[in-house]
Amino acid sequence: MEATAAAAAAPAITMPVAGERELRLDLFRGLALWLIFIDHLPPNILTWLTIRNYGFSDATEIFIFISGYTAAFVYGRAMQDVGFVVATARILRRVWQIYVAHVFLFTIFLAEISYVATSFENPLYTEEMGIMDFLKQPDVTIVQALLLRFRPVNMDVLPLYIVLMLFLPVILWLMRWKADVTLALSALLYALTWEYDLYLTAYPNGQWAFNPFAWQLLFVFGAWCALGGAARMSRILSSPLTLWICFAYLVAAFFVTLTWHVPQLSHLMPRRIEQWMYPIDKPNLDVLRFAHFLALAALTVRFLPRDWSGLKSPWLRPLILCGQHSLEIFCLGVFLAFAGHFVLAEISGGAALHALISICGILIMCGMAWVISWYKHSADKGASKAKSTGGNADLAGGSI
Amino acid sequence: MRSRFAAALGLTLLASLAAAGVAHAQDSAQPGAQTPPQAAPAACEVPAYLLTTESTLPKVAEAVKNARPLTILVVGSRSSTILSSEASAYPAKLQAALKERLPSIPVNLSVELQSGKTAEEVDANLVKLVEAKGPTLVIWQTGTVDAMRSIDPDDFRGAIDEGVAALQKAGTDVILVNPQYSPRTETMISAPPYLDNMRVVAQQHDVPLFDRFAIMRHWNDAGDFDLFSTAHGIDLAKRVHDCLGRALSKFVVDSAHLDAAQQN
Repeated sequence: MEATAAAAAAPAITMPVAGERELRLDLFRGLALWLIFIDHLPPNILTWLTIRNYGFSDATEIFIFISGYTAAFVYGRAMQDVGFVVATARILRRVWQIYVAHVFLFTIFLAEISYVATSFENPLYTEEMGIMDFLKQPDVTIVQALLLRFRPVNMDVLPLYIVLMLFLPVILWLMRWKADVTLALSALLYALTWEYDLYLTAYPNGQWAFNPFAWQLLFVFGAWCALGGAARMSRILSSPLTLWICFAYLVAAFFVTLTWHVPQLSHLMPRRIEQWMYPIDKPNLDVLRFAHFLALAALTVRFLPRDWSGLKSPWLRPLILCGQHSLEIFCLGVFLAFAGHFVLAEISGGAALHALISICGILIMCGMAWVISWYKHSADKGASKAKSTGGNADLAGGSI
Repeated sequence: MRSRFAAALGLTLLASLAAAGVAHAQDSAQPGAQTPPQAAPAACEVPAYLLTTESTLPKVAEAVKNARPLTILVVGSRSSTILSSEASAYPAKLQAALKERLPSIPVNLSVELQSGKTAEEVDANLVKLVEAKGPTLVIWQTGTVDAMRSIDPDDFRGAIDEGVAALQKAGTDVILVNPQYSPRTETMISAPPYLDNMRVVAQQHDVPLFDRFAIMRHWNDAGDFDLFSTAHGIDLAKRVHDCLGRALSKFVVDSAHLDAAQQN
């Protein structure tokens, strides 16, 4: 009992002690990976468990924020220990790994699409099947995919992450100079993006589904928190006023989302608020979404202390394991979502099969996370003894 | 501390269960509630909430009240027809169903296909079409081409906003029809931004939105049609269009409050 009281008195966030894992980060990144996977499958009963049904933000915000946090934590320390050049080299190696993962996923996607294009004939969808026309010019399409400009649906997060990581050396260098100024610059870029409509073009038309100019704010904010910002905010975070503002905002957002699911309620929404609020812009990280994520995060760090005993419980172990190997598990999730679509297309099944596929996917993700962690800790132990110190992306939460 | 956390967790769980419960009740409460008066060849009921709109069709209501002919113009892309079988597509079925519901009024319907054109490209022709046909009601099916070409959703919204305004200025009622639910291409075509923007424009201009996407998804989920499977010929397309046409006729009748007008 005394221990809990002490935990309550301590600041809501503290810097992780060197070498000690911040399990909450792993936990929530694992959760984000599960939710992203479920959101990528056709809607089923499990979709009701994903947070986007209860507020403005969704798992992508969690994922990008935690990625910024852990990347800054790992490579920030590397920059301190071994200098800018070596740390940058390590970051670039990580970027390369993510890029290769993305290209690998694209190959699988291409295989699936080509199959669908040749086997699917349904007069109901002659118009929609026109989307396959890109297969007629693979020379252009594949080059555009390698340039990250052609990205099928559900494959937008990794390109965003690649771009953000590419700029991590600059971000960290600025952060070590003046962290608050860096965050202010990031917010300025976000504001300029909204004011002047900055974007990256995609192929064949349109823009990136996650605009890096806007989403960098979450990433930099994560980095800022990791490099001491969170500790400095702890007074704000533990004030009851913040608590009530966050709580009120989350409840309001919940009621707004409720009107999307229960159209009968939509007449309760004042038109003026609707006109001001909609559409909630996901590509450019709408302020409403960002604020919703902040409120969620503030309540989470407040009510889930870092030494919460549940973090060590075997029940949360699968989630934490997934969060600890997030690049691999993320890619696996995207692949499983493709595979799930494919199975559903070949076997016509009802809601039960949909739910079963989601659950199987999550079990496979957990199994894979366990195998990877076994490799790291047992199978590769002898081989990697020499290089296991410093800059290891999986220390303290991994880097993606 | 711990009890507070437990309380918060409990509350959240309760709230989410309640939400899921409400949504579920909606799904399950509807079947049987409203079987269409005509004998339905396929079981394709549409839950009432998918056909409810606050917006009305004053021009249609007026025409019916004064027993003037009802002229409908359908502007759409390729999903508004079935290749080689236009008489089985939803516009023809809509006309047939309306004739049945409004036996005393002539119902003229014409279809203007704008294949492969984005909303912005259709905009250019809209007013010309309306001047040529003089319709009471324009049913504008759009969004699919824009989604396939990943047109900037803001530009898309601007285009339908302009189009609807022009139609209203030309003195016709408008119904917007959104894209089909197409599970097979869901990994390639991202419909949600276009669906959202159509909803926004419909709300701003106070025009009814026929939510074809949600209706077809409901049929797929409820097992009326298997829209995912590959092994269907033209028969599935015909049955789906038949159901869409009848749902759309009910939508027109309801949003123009024609049942009441007929009784008077």
